[in-house]
Amino acid sequence: MTPSRRDLVAWLLGAPLAVACRGRGRPPTPDGELLTPGKAAGHRLRDAGRGGAPPDVRIPDDRWRRTEVVVVGGGVAGLGAAWRLLRQGVRDLIVLELDDVAGGTAQAGASAVTAYPWGAHYVVTPMRHQVAMRALLAEVGALDGEDAGGEPVAAEAARVREPEERLFHLGRWYEGGYLHAGASADDHAQLARFTAEMDRWAGWRDGAGRRAFALPAAAGSDDATVTALDRESFATWLDRHGFTSSRLRWLCDYACRDDYGLLAADTSAWAGVAYFAARVAHPGAEHQPVVTWPDGNGRLVAHLAGALGDRLRLGHAVADVRPAAGPRAHPAGDGGDGGVEVVALGPDGPVGVRARRAIIAAPLFVARHVVAPVRAGARALPVIDRGAWAVANLHLDERLRTRPGDAPVAWDNILHDSPSLGYVVATHQGGRDHGPTVLTWYYPFTGDAATARRELDGASRADWAEVALADLGRAHPDLRARCRRVDVAYWGHAMARPRVGAVFDPALAAARAPLGPIHWAGSELSGLALFEEALDHGVRAADEVVAALAGGAVPP
Amino acid sequence: MTAPADAPAAPRAHRPPPATLLYVNVVVVATCGLVYELLAATLGSYLLGDSVLQFSLVIGLYLSAMGVGAWASRHIEGNLARRFIDVELAVALVGGLSAPILFLAFAEVQRFQVVLLGFVFVIGSLVGLELPLLMRILQRDVAFKDLVSRVLSLDYAGALLASVLFPLLFVPELGLLRTSLVIGLVNALVALWGTWLLADQLGRTTVIRVQAAVVIALLGAGLVFSSRLTTWSEDRIYADEIVHAQTTRFQRIVVTTGKSGFQLFLNGNLQFASADEYRYHEALVHPAMVAAAEAGRPPRRVLILGGGDGLAAREVLAHPSVEAVTLVDLDPAMTGLSRRFAPLAELNRHAFDDPRLTVVNDDAFVWMSDAPAGWDVAIVDFPDPNGFALGKLYTRHFYQLLAARLAPDGAIAVQATSPLFARRSFWCIVRTMRAAGLTVAPYHVAVPSFGVWGFALARRAAFPPPTEPPAVPRRFLDREAMAAMFRFPADMAEVETEINRLDNQMLVRYYDAEWRRWQ
Repeated sequence: MTPSRRDLVAWLLGAPLAVACRGRGRPPTPDGELLTPGKAAGHRLRDAGRGGAPPDVRIPDDRWRRTEVVVVGGGVAGLGAAWRLLRQGVRDLIVLELDDVAGGTAQAGASAVTAYPWGAHYVVTPMRHQVAMRALLAEVGALDGEDAGGEPVAAEAARVREPEERLFHLGRWYEGGYLHAGASADDHAQLARFTAEMDRWAGWRDGAGRRAFALPAAAGSDDATVTALDRESFATWLDRHGFTSSRLRWLCDYACRDDYGLLAADTSAWAGVAYFAARVAHPGAEHQPVVTWPDGNGRLVAHLAGALGDRLRLGHAVADVRPAAGPRAHPAGDGGDGGVEVVALGPDGPVGVRARRAIIAAPLFVARHVVAPVRAGARALPVIDRGAWAVANLHLDERLRTRPGDAPVAWDNILHDSPSLGYVVATHQGGRDHGPTVLTWYYPFTGDAATARRELDGASRADWAEVALADLGRAHPDLRARCRRVDVAYWGHAMARPRVGAVFDPALAAARAPLGPIHWAGSELSGLALFEEALDHGVRAADEVVAALAGGAVPP
Repeated sequence: MTAPADAPAAPRAHRPPPATLLYVNVVVVATCGLVYELLAATLGSYLLGDSVLQFSLVIGLYLSAMGVGAWASRHIEGNLARRFIDVELAVALVGGLSAPILFLAFAEVQRFQVVLLGFVFVIGSLVGLELPLLMRILQRDVAFKDLVSRVLSLDYAGALLASVLFPLLFVPELGLLRTSLVIGLVNALVALWGTWLLADQLGRTTVIRVQAAVVIALLGAGLVFSSRLTTWSEDRIYADEIVHAQTTRFQRIVVTTGKSGFQLFLNGNLQFASADEYRYHEALVHPAMVAAAEAGRPPRRVLILGGGDGLAAREVLAHPSVEAVTLVDLDPAMTGLSRRFAPLAELNRHAFDDPRLTVVNDDAFVWMSDAPAGWDVAIVDFPDPNGFALGKLYTRHFYQLLAARLAPDGAIAVQATSPLFARRSFWCIVRTMRAAGLTVAPYHVAVPSFGVWGFALARRAAFPPPTEPPAVPRRFLDREAMAAMFRFPADMAEVETEINRLDNQMLVRYYDAEWRRWQ
């Protein structure tokens, strides 16, 4: 164990809690397991390939498969691409996923009590322009038609149940996600001015009629007025606009930590403003209603993966993606290229897939090692900053006490003075308000990602469990007594972070273009990691492939 | 007092008491004093709310009372050791019994705040006397600068000890009542110990030791009966005698009995009084049974949601056409009590022993998602929507689920709180049911224990409100009552409201605002 447990608690939560963590006679840490999705297989693959070359794998002839399209990566982008291909009539496809479960950072777990998320856990009600999200949510029964203006309406049971948020500050729980108690007139004035500013952006349209900020980001404007925001940090932008209220700044920091795993000082102002403005349909409108399930976005993953059946191959570490040539080329290779070959290490040994087209829906830091033309220097992929996260699922045998006068337990329960994001109650959305439950605790490591991975990789499951218990124990003295099990997921490369300049990086835009028969998906191609972005890039890549297979020109 | 000095070769010559042990006394006295203060403040904020006000008042008054005690100490002369022990025993008795007495007083006394602050003043004054007396006792043997420095520093250390132990150990482990009594005991034991430490200054110690023993016995007895004491204080809150009380995983169930019969309370809220519950339950059940019968055939399959007291089930089972009743109630302790507890089982005519009745103990919201369909009548009898966990059972989504599981000619009756006291809440329920696609006929009856009470009768198709009471034994519901209950006078007439949805829970907010006016 590299850092001691107390060092870890001090580092992650601050010294005062580390002091409370010492001492004999403390109850033992509850049991549980540690998930490090994709880590072992991914690192094995990395270490097997020497000098930039892929591992030398010989595949017997009877272990080659043929298919129209191979998708590398079974996260939301890959599953979304496959879902779109099926809907467009391309039924001959294979999805190869490194992990033993699909969904990437949107995967979910389940106990006898409830399903619960392991990562991304909500989307917002789509607006009219979000065609793919609307289709997907309609398929899972989360939409209930349209309002008079043609805007989608989320089904009542899919919207987050009230109370949505509460906030713990100085020994008490308060309703809502902004600390109104004790706010000064200036705090409220700044909040009103900030809301008006976000409303102004929500109503802004460019010459082509596009919103300034939209979900997905590709639907938004690239007007210079908007892209200029990507060149400064959100904190600088707030300073420049005189938003100095500590409560407002806390809210902005929380927003950045919540969606991006960054502090406002490190976040692109474009991403900071987008967090607020992209989710408001028009000036004066409420934030688009949050849509969620007990298993978070795992519900959408299960739907997407369920439609694939045995086209989805789990536990397959892709080692090489290369243009096919010679006698092994796909017989129906379309004009000019001979399709692609994919080599993967499956649970029963190496397998090969020959396809006319490939969609890379894996992170770019993986693609850099795996895609042969990239290794050969045909394209320089941008370096994406990916943050580290820890997620703990705390299994309780009974609900925690709420003291008289405290706001009642909500779906999202935030600790004002914690670097964690607090916890989400898995049973909230299912409507079960008594008895055992699972709390999902999120900790984004907002600092330097390489440092985090170096220092945090040594932390054990019990270390993380103690961090989570110490953090939430501040608000819940009875937590330890109620907690029967703590499972932890450590995500070393959780998701792309929109630092200053990352969103409108020209190299990022270039990375979306196909490379011969190889197409690109993945939420990080937007510079930020949201379900909506991943689905959008999956669908775009699928549409490129469909056009190419039909003999049409590949869109530029 | 010159006697000891003049007495030649007295067997007990003046020996200075061991100073260290007296300093231990200082720490204990300081700790106990602060615990009494914290107890009073906590009790005040529990029972009266507004913790900032309660803590401020108690701390301020306590400190000033200590000043009064310190000032008064100059008037105490004579045997200082004896006076010190007396004061300690008084603190032990008043402080130790403060929490139990305040608990009981809350139910009995009009001006509880005055009683609370009175206790704080008395305890503060007594504690304020203690240290000056002790310092004067020690002054004979210790230099003044050492005395002041040691006593004050230990006093402050004791305060720190108390403020750490109180929230972290005493309240979670002992609760308020037992903390009060245990600290009183510690105080009294220290006083008893003092009779040995200061023996040479006390003269005869028998009387004072007997006094100490009596105080210890009183506090000890209080400790033994402290669990019963909680029920006593609850007894005081309820008007009638408590005949049954139990805390389940879900709620506190209390049954009281008085001259007019008995009452059931859940979490302190009256659910029914046996004297007039028949008005409520006849009105809840029969209109829906008649509406279903008039639309198609006499109802055979009936669903009861909530209603763990079995009284709605009693009315349903009186209909001979009924073949099967499913009753869904969250709390197995409630349905178990209704089966076993004799007065309740007699009142519901042993509904839970009727072979036609099936009990499901689950959250009705969760159960409804996978519930079977084809119910001829659904009786919805949940507690009032006084929190989000109950509010979800009054949402459009819930009524949509319920409507989808109803037989085509089926009818629903919903208890819908008071259209007079909570007019907006009542109409919010009615309008939410309409938003779920139901045709709704709201109605009301007078139930003396509750006041004017409201219900909502609904079917999927349009229907005329029923006029003919059913051919089952009734005490209240006749043609005249049926005709009157569907008419709403001006002070209960329909008002504009939001629709209660899972994602806004408007009803809980209306209800909270409206009932607060009447409390």
